[in-house]
Amino acid sequence: MIITDLIPVLVLPCVLTVLAIFLGEYMAKVFNGERTLLTPLLNSPEQFLYKIFGVNKNDEMSWKTYSWAFIVFNIIGIVALFLLQILQGFLPFNPQKLGPVHWDIALNTAISFVTNTNWQAYSGEQTMSYLTQMMGLTVQNFLSAAVGIAPAIALIRGFARKETSTLGNFWVDLTRSIIYILLPLTLIWSLVFVSQGVVQTLHPQIDALTLEGQKQIISVGPVASQEAIKQLGTNGGGFFNANSSHPFENPTPLTDFMAVLGLLLIPAALPFTFGAMLKNRRQGWAIYASMLMLFIIGVGLIIGTEVQGNPLLEKIGVMGGVNMEGKEVRCGIINSVLFAQSTTATSCGAVNSMHDSLMPLSGLILIFNIAIGEVIFGGVGTGLISMLAYAVLTMFIAGLMIGRTPEFIGKKLESFEMVMSIIIILSPALLLLVLSSIAISTQAGLSSLNNMGSHGLSEILYAYASTAGNNGSAFGGLNAGTLFYTLTTSLAMLVGRFSTVIPALAIAGFLATKKIVPAGIATFPTTGVLFIVMLVSVVVIVGALTFFPVLTLGPFIEHLQIFAGKAF
Amino acid sequence: MKDSVIKLNPVSMMKNPVMGIVEIVTLITSLIVLGDLYSGKSFSYDGQITCWLWFTIIFANFAEALAEGQGRAQAESLKKNRSEAFAKKLHADGSSERIPALQLRKGDIVIVEDGDPVPGDGDVVEGAALIDESAITGESAPVIREAGGDRCGVTGGTRVLSGTIKVKITTNPGETFLDQMIAMVEGAKRQKTPNEKALNILLIGLTVTFIVVVITLKYFAGYMNVIVGISTLIALLVCLMPTTIGGLLPAIGIAGMDRLLRHNFIATSGRAVEAAGDVDVVLMDKTGTITLGNRVATDFLPADESDKKTLVNAALLSSLADETPEGRSIVILAKEQLGVRGRDIRAPEGAIFFPFSADKRMSGINWNGHKIMKGSSAAIHDFVISNNGRVSEKIQKITADVSREGSTPLLVAEDDKVLGVIRLKDVLKEGIKGRISQLGQMGIKSVMITGDNPLTAATIAAEAGIDDFVAEAKPDIKLDLIRKYQSKGHLVAMIGDGTNDAPALAQADVAVAMNAGTQAAREAANIVDLDSNPTKLLDIVEIGKQILITRGSLTTFSVANDVAKYFAIIPAIFVTQYPNLSVLNIMNLSSANSAVLSAVIFNAIIIPMLIPLALRGVRYKPATASTLLRRNLLIYGLGGLVVPFAGIKLIDLIISSLGLV
Repeated sequence: MIITDLIPVLVLPCVLTVLAIFLGEYMAKVFNGERTLLTPLLNSPEQFLYKIFGVNKNDEMSWKTYSWAFIVFNIIGIVALFLLQILQGFLPFNPQKLGPVHWDIALNTAISFVTNTNWQAYSGEQTMSYLTQMMGLTVQNFLSAAVGIAPAIALIRGFARKETSTLGNFWVDLTRSIIYILLPLTLIWSLVFVSQGVVQTLHPQIDALTLEGQKQIISVGPVASQEAIKQLGTNGGGFFNANSSHPFENPTPLTDFMAVLGLLLIPAALPFTFGAMLKNRRQGWAIYASMLMLFIIGVGLIIGTEVQGNPLLEKIGVMGGVNMEGKEVRCGIINSVLFAQSTTATSCGAVNSMHDSLMPLSGLILIFNIAIGEVIFGGVGTGLISMLAYAVLTMFIAGLMIGRTPEFIGKKLESFEMVMSIIIILSPALLLLVLSSIAISTQAGLSSLNNMGSHGLSEILYAYASTAGNNGSAFGGLNAGTLFYTLTTSLAMLVGRFSTVIPALAIAGFLATKKIVPAGIATFPTTGVLFIVMLVSVVVIVGALTFFPVLTLGPFIEHLQIFAGKAF
Repeated sequence: MKDSVIKLNPVSMMKNPVMGIVEIVTLITSLIVLGDLYSGKSFSYDGQITCWLWFTIIFANFAEALAEGQGRAQAESLKKNRSEAFAKKLHADGSSERIPALQLRKGDIVIVEDGDPVPGDGDVVEGAALIDESAITGESAPVIREAGGDRCGVTGGTRVLSGTIKVKITTNPGETFLDQMIAMVEGAKRQKTPNEKALNILLIGLTVTFIVVVITLKYFAGYMNVIVGISTLIALLVCLMPTTIGGLLPAIGIAGMDRLLRHNFIATSGRAVEAAGDVDVVLMDKTGTITLGNRVATDFLPADESDKKTLVNAALLSSLADETPEGRSIVILAKEQLGVRGRDIRAPEGAIFFPFSADKRMSGINWNGHKIMKGSSAAIHDFVISNNGRVSEKIQKITADVSREGSTPLLVAEDDKVLGVIRLKDVLKEGIKGRISQLGQMGIKSVMITGDNPLTAATIAAEAGIDDFVAEAKPDIKLDLIRKYQSKGHLVAMIGDGTNDAPALAQADVAVAMNAGTQAAREAANIVDLDSNPTKLLDIVEIGKQILITRGSLTTFSVANDVAKYFAIIPAIFVTQYPNLSVLNIMNLSSANSAVLSAVIFNAIIIPMLIPLALRGVRYKPATASTLLRRNLLIYGLGGLVVPFAGIKLIDLIISSLGLV
């Protein structure tokens, strides 16, 4: 390993922090309805949209109304996307004359893209028509991201407001997320990508003649713009099957860096939005610092395992046992690892290396990142939501230990908040255990496995972690297109999404009605180092207690066996 | 001990979901053992596990029974005082009838005479008596209770030493504060407090998680070609479940109420005690709470420095006929300064006294044709001027100085000449300053309410270390003040005794009424202080905090323990199939069976070992929140991580050397 390899690892946190602060403050203004730099430009389109959809932007919603709006919007999205796939054979923009998508794949894909998972149980270019790609998948890349930001903002309002029953307007939050945040950022990222040589064209595929005189078809398309929203919206569904390891998606070190930065940016900015809207910026910093701490620990551990290499490879003559299988030589170990850590920590799911081929302990960390509920920055919106749920849990224990009935940022935490936080934290985790155990003990589940033993277990675990955590990346090595997997992963994605958002809105609704208890010397300061350490510990301990046995059986045993000289 | 077995009844066990589930899974292992017995298989391992699981449950029940027993014993002794008493019930026609105290109803009037026990809670409506309350408060000095005013409340179970009073009974038997308290410590009427409920949800969440983890583990293990026995899975489940806190949780709450009773408080709801831990504003009356109640003479300030003795003498003479507490304090101070003691002071012959009267605001003596008078500044002004004298500049300055310092000046004059000034001062109760600074350290703001002028109030507040005060307060200001603080999100505690305090008490989050206070005040309050000592609020706050801290610390401890148990049990289950996994057996336990059994035994015996802590409560010292948290995390978090490693290893050594596995 060369020291210069480490540059992105050192630069990334600094650049990310600076940009996240600015974006966070900007988002707070946007959602508070204050004037921003872009208001003169974007105000009239915003008002126009409200007019056609008949939205009164001053209509405040209760948590139940907000939830219903969220649910209805998602159901419409799923149904529309499902129908689009089923009917694509009768619709225009289908030059390859692709027939209807099979119903279970269509359902899985619809749920996947609406829930911001972008789990792909199909092979893109052979299944989806251009219309489906453009009107369905790309549209949902924006919508599913915006629909994640909105409830996070509602939750922030729940903490910030007092003695009110309303949380803002879902439609307004949704519109503003798209117009003021996702579109401008996508524009910037697209331009950077194009400048670096990412393809952006409506020209059909290129037929080239290779040196050997063979004909080669080179796929192109409007890649740069989709690449931008794929990263920024933590979507992860690539234009090409090879995702961000494809040179047209990710041609240079700069695009690689921008891709990682893009997928981390909005989730990392939301804690600062939280601080700004709370008018307690130190609190935003504390949440951000907790996330960053978990992120850096993970990166360090994976770099350690990957650099150590694979003794089995060393035995067959690879120098130092460097494990380059599944990695792009252009990216190298460090950039691959940084990408992998970022994409699993957030719920992005884009990849520039194949996670299946990482060392077992790296795989363990990636599964852990997803399985603890996507709180290390996490998905756009949902990351902050889940982290705040952990903060509620942390402050419940901390409150007891200082002899006060628990509170967080001046809001008393009672039974209701506990129930909802526990649902947010545990339901994806438990669902992934249950579904994995079903898959691992039935023929339907096992038949999709290419590897047996510990590695097979890791593959199944990763699949359900990825879907229940709305991540969408695939470990690989598992045929997820069977009826069993399309249906169970659909369930995981739905539960993962709704069991995070709806309880969060309920918490927001309850918190908003409460008074804000003024802080005194008997209140525990939730902005200090002690809070950050405690929050990080709670996240790690909850994850460890839930996954200790299964991770021992999966990646850990594989690790032990590799180092004992055995392969599967 | 018997109770802990009776409590095994599954219906009552389900009130505590964590232990209820332990009982269900223990029944399953018991059936397995029975099956082994029937089929003649070896049941040594399953049998031992099952035994220890039963012990886990019994230990938990024992903790609860022990706590209940302690409270009950105390309550029983209180109850005895009353149940055997008879009452002289007064009829409308004036005749009286002797009936058992338990037949008294609300509204009955009874006569209580010398040596009689007071038959029930009530208000004195006629007469005054010296009452021995030691049976309830443990305080041996008798107290006076009289009709009218704020000292009219009497409690059932106390005894009249002298005097005859008519008492209007205000509670039916079974509804008195004492009865409520007894019911609460006996657990019969005990309801879970909101915080207990929230904590229970967390514990249920953890339990559900571990149930899923353990059940799915069976299938993951099956895939990895390892068959895990049901008993082992159940052992793992029970070890992981938060049984330590789950088993001790009821005991913590009951013991807290019991501690309250031992401090001579009666709480009508557990909620109030928990809220006490959160209180951040305390309203206190100045008089009786912060100060002794009466102003006391502390200084003589003569007009002519060389002639202080004349002033002291004059003050003494003029106050002989002043029976007010202030007057008496002048006599005491004067005697002290003149070096005379006892009854040496006698009125000079031929003297005519002018007793103190409120409208003249003077008292004095006419002797040898000289009038020596003492009184308020204005009254003496008039007196001197009426004798063709005038008040010197110096006296005016002294008067102004004394007032500015927050004390009350009294002037002493002889005919046309003002001799000097007596300083009357509010005197703080002993120890009040320390207690108020402790409140401050706990983050509780103290607010004093007084009818005094702002200057006096400020002086007292500064002297006692009070954070804020309201001067020239009218009685209804308390209610407004509480509302004002509550609307800002504060939790307000208030101490009161008078009937006019009742609305404010009802509004306050924690309302402490003095047992000697009026019935109205006691009914509006949620805690009654049997000692009628207002500074004891601090004790309530401490007990409230202790209950919460104990819960939090044991939860942390319980969860932290799981790490060690995983390291004991997981390698034990899989090491036969995957010998590599022995790297996880960092405790180097002797065998797989011994590892599982050691973890189960540790999990069981940690409960009785922690019972004393649960009953006593985690020690609480006023400190900042961060300091407290850091300390408790270190002890119970880190301790909870480390202790089971040592404990399980030790048990493993013992049971393997005994050859149990």
